[in-house]
Amino acid sequence: MAREKKVHNPLFHVVKREPLPFLPALGIRAAAVVAALIVSALVITVLSQQNPLEVYKSMFEGSFGSSVRIWNLALNLAMLLCVSLVVTPAFKMKFWNIGAEGQVLISGLATVACMFFLGDQFAFLGDKKPYVLIPIMLGASILAGILWAVLPAIAKALWNTNETLFTLMMNYIAIQLVAYFLKKYVKSGSGVLEPMPQHGLPVIGDMDYLLSILIVLALTVIVYVYLKHSKQGYEISVVGESVNTAKYIGINVKKVIIRTLAISGAIAGVAGFLLVGGINHTISTTTVGGRGFTAIMVSWLAKFNPLTMIITSFLIVFMERGAEQISSDFNVDPSISDILTGIILFFIIGCEFFLQYKIVFNKNRKEEV
Amino acid sequence: MKKFAKVLALCLALVMVIGCFAACGKDKDTGKKDEKPEILGMSDSPLDAPEVKKDFEIKEGFKIGFICLHDENSTYDKNFLDGANAVIEALGLTKDQYIIKKNIPEGNECYEAAKDLVDQGCTIIFANSFGHEDFMIKAAKEFTDVEFCHATGCKAATENLPNYHNAFASIYEGRYLAGIAAGMKLNEMIEAGDITAEEAKMGYVGAFTYAEVISGYTSFYLGAKSVCPSVTMDVQFTGSWYDPTLEKNAAEALIAKDCVLISQHADSMGAPGACEAAGIPNVSYNGSTYEACPSTFIVSSRINWAPYFNYIIKCVNTDEAIATDWCGGIAEGSVVLTGINQDVAAEGTVDAIAKAVAELKAGTLKVFNTANFTVDGKVLEDDLVVDGYYNESGIVSAPSFSFNVDGITRLNENFG
Repeated sequence: MAREKKVHNPLFHVVKREPLPFLPALGIRAAAVVAALIVSALVITVLSQQNPLEVYKSMFEGSFGSSVRIWNLALNLAMLLCVSLVVTPAFKMKFWNIGAEGQVLISGLATVACMFFLGDQFAFLGDKKPYVLIPIMLGASILAGILWAVLPAIAKALWNTNETLFTLMMNYIAIQLVAYFLKKYVKSGSGVLEPMPQHGLPVIGDMDYLLSILIVLALTVIVYVYLKHSKQGYEISVVGESVNTAKYIGINVKKVIIRTLAISGAIAGVAGFLLVGGINHTISTTTVGGRGFTAIMVSWLAKFNPLTMIITSFLIVFMERGAEQISSDFNVDPSISDILTGIILFFIIGCEFFLQYKIVFNKNRKEEV
Repeated sequence: MKKFAKVLALCLALVMVIGCFAACGKDKDTGKKDEKPEILGMSDSPLDAPEVKKDFEIKEGFKIGFICLHDENSTYDKNFLDGANAVIEALGLTKDQYIIKKNIPEGNECYEAAKDLVDQGCTIIFANSFGHEDFMIKAAKEFTDVEFCHATGCKAATENLPNYHNAFASIYEGRYLAGIAAGMKLNEMIEAGDITAEEAKMGYVGAFTYAEVISGYTSFYLGAKSVCPSVTMDVQFTGSWYDPTLEKNAAEALIAKDCVLISQHADSMGAPGACEAAGIPNVSYNGSTYEACPSTFIVSSRINWAPYFNYIIKCVNTDEAIATDWCGGIAEGSVVLTGINQDVAAEGTVDAIAKAVAELKAGTLKVFNTANFTVDGKVLEDDLVVDGYYNESGIVSAPSFSFNVDGITRLNENFG
């Protein structure tokens, strides 16, 4: 008797589902978004006494209200997507790189250093200056990104250190280095380095950000092809699924880890180069603006598929822009819009869970007791 | 055995709870004995914010945009937002005549925010943080038919853009007035025999070693010196505009160095809190800290931005040019004081400040009168010294006085 009691028999358990066909799965996702909107509407009505329909309209206008806003949306989407590409190859390998913030920031620092110290030195080149300066900026940026990403990878490959902690710590070093150099070289009031658009990326027509956006799009396709259709991409998947399998079929796991993180670092280099050289033309400790962490969510929600990441980063940027618009339109505290973003994300992540797993209740539980 | 452990734990928990109650009871008893018989509280302000008056018509299609670095949780931004809201209410602006954008960082985001405001039809845009300046200038160059106004910046005078303007306030006058309250408190201590005249040393917690802060603490010092000639002052810089721990530590270090009164130019409650804990009188900034520090707060000065907002809105609606550099003073209502805490301040403080206000208004009193201070033992000589006084904020609205006046010791330097 006593022994039988010890058998643990829970009320329910979670079972993996057969993959759903595409259309029903899409339908369930849409239903989740609608449910999220209804719950958010209730929260809006209770907390801020606004008409929820008006609030949703303003949220939509925040991203699509005018051509300026559409450009702004596209730019922010592109940059978030670019930073998400940094973490994706490593994540696919189950290497938890949460240091994208620092990897991009240190690349930005390298870019801005080239602009600051070399920009005026090359003035004698006249029109040809960008052909010399920009490759130097890009090269320095990529090297810095690789350095920041490969250090934790080497430690992981050789001594099996914890990559999550290591990459996280590297963030702080990058942030403090930026703070240090700003203190050293900027003597004005609150330490803002004057933007240097004269040393930045060229502009296509009068569309400030088009070049950066196109580069990110190209990069997305390249990373997609690399991960899906190249031998190295396949090796990454195998190492991610099972290190032992990888070893058994003769994959050099250490090499794959270091190589993949070098690629991550190089992408971070491009991201930092675009953020500083193409958009901000200056740097501060908040230039990356938390994208390194938001990118983790973007990548996970898209199940590490770079093309799906276009949709997930759109979703997040759309909600951020919308949240800003709500708080300025209705003069409500910005935290209300953060709450909405939280609710919507909660439903989406929950829906993804139930698409993959189902809950099975144990029917004969009562009988046993 | 297990049961015994449970009973024991319960007993111990009970003992602790009872002990706690007992301790609380004791505190209450002693608290009552210490209580002062009478609390005088705050006086009316000797220099209050004037009411905003509407003496022009708002044109059709008028729209103003505000860009703020943080939101109401920062005392600095709250001060701007309060000014903006006062003007919006007084002028009766409707919802489609103003837009407020909060939490805009000092980066390209500021330019993007300005661009979006132009896109939404704003004809005038205001930004409140020093670091916004370069991005406002970028926007001003692009949108030449929109007016751009920036508080605390210093580049309008040299940029020569017709649609870009700087603004500040002669807050050094407010600090001078607060300094008078500090000097009188020192005199009271000297008369009571708590300190000798030579021991009248104040402490000052500053953010960065640059003109805005230097001008502020020098005027505060000169105000105190005008009533207590033997006063000296130590200044400790934190290198941050907002860091409660650093500011608290700096104030405590100054108190340990025998400073008998503390003031500060940094935005957290660090320094006032340390003063309250140590029982050292404090002259505050940016607004009253009386609620949190009732037994040490004396008075606080702050900039009132409502007059400037009213001025620029009037200019845009009456087709007048906005001044490239605008510096509001006492007459405009840009410099204001809180009430004076009569439980801490010396007797007669309210009257002494009121007298100085009248003299400043009349122009007979100049804060940086070179007869009242020396630099390295000599009378100050500078291009901006006119008619025997340093013309602070006279040409560029941002403060520029950055000399090391005798009697003030900088304990450290900290540049941003």
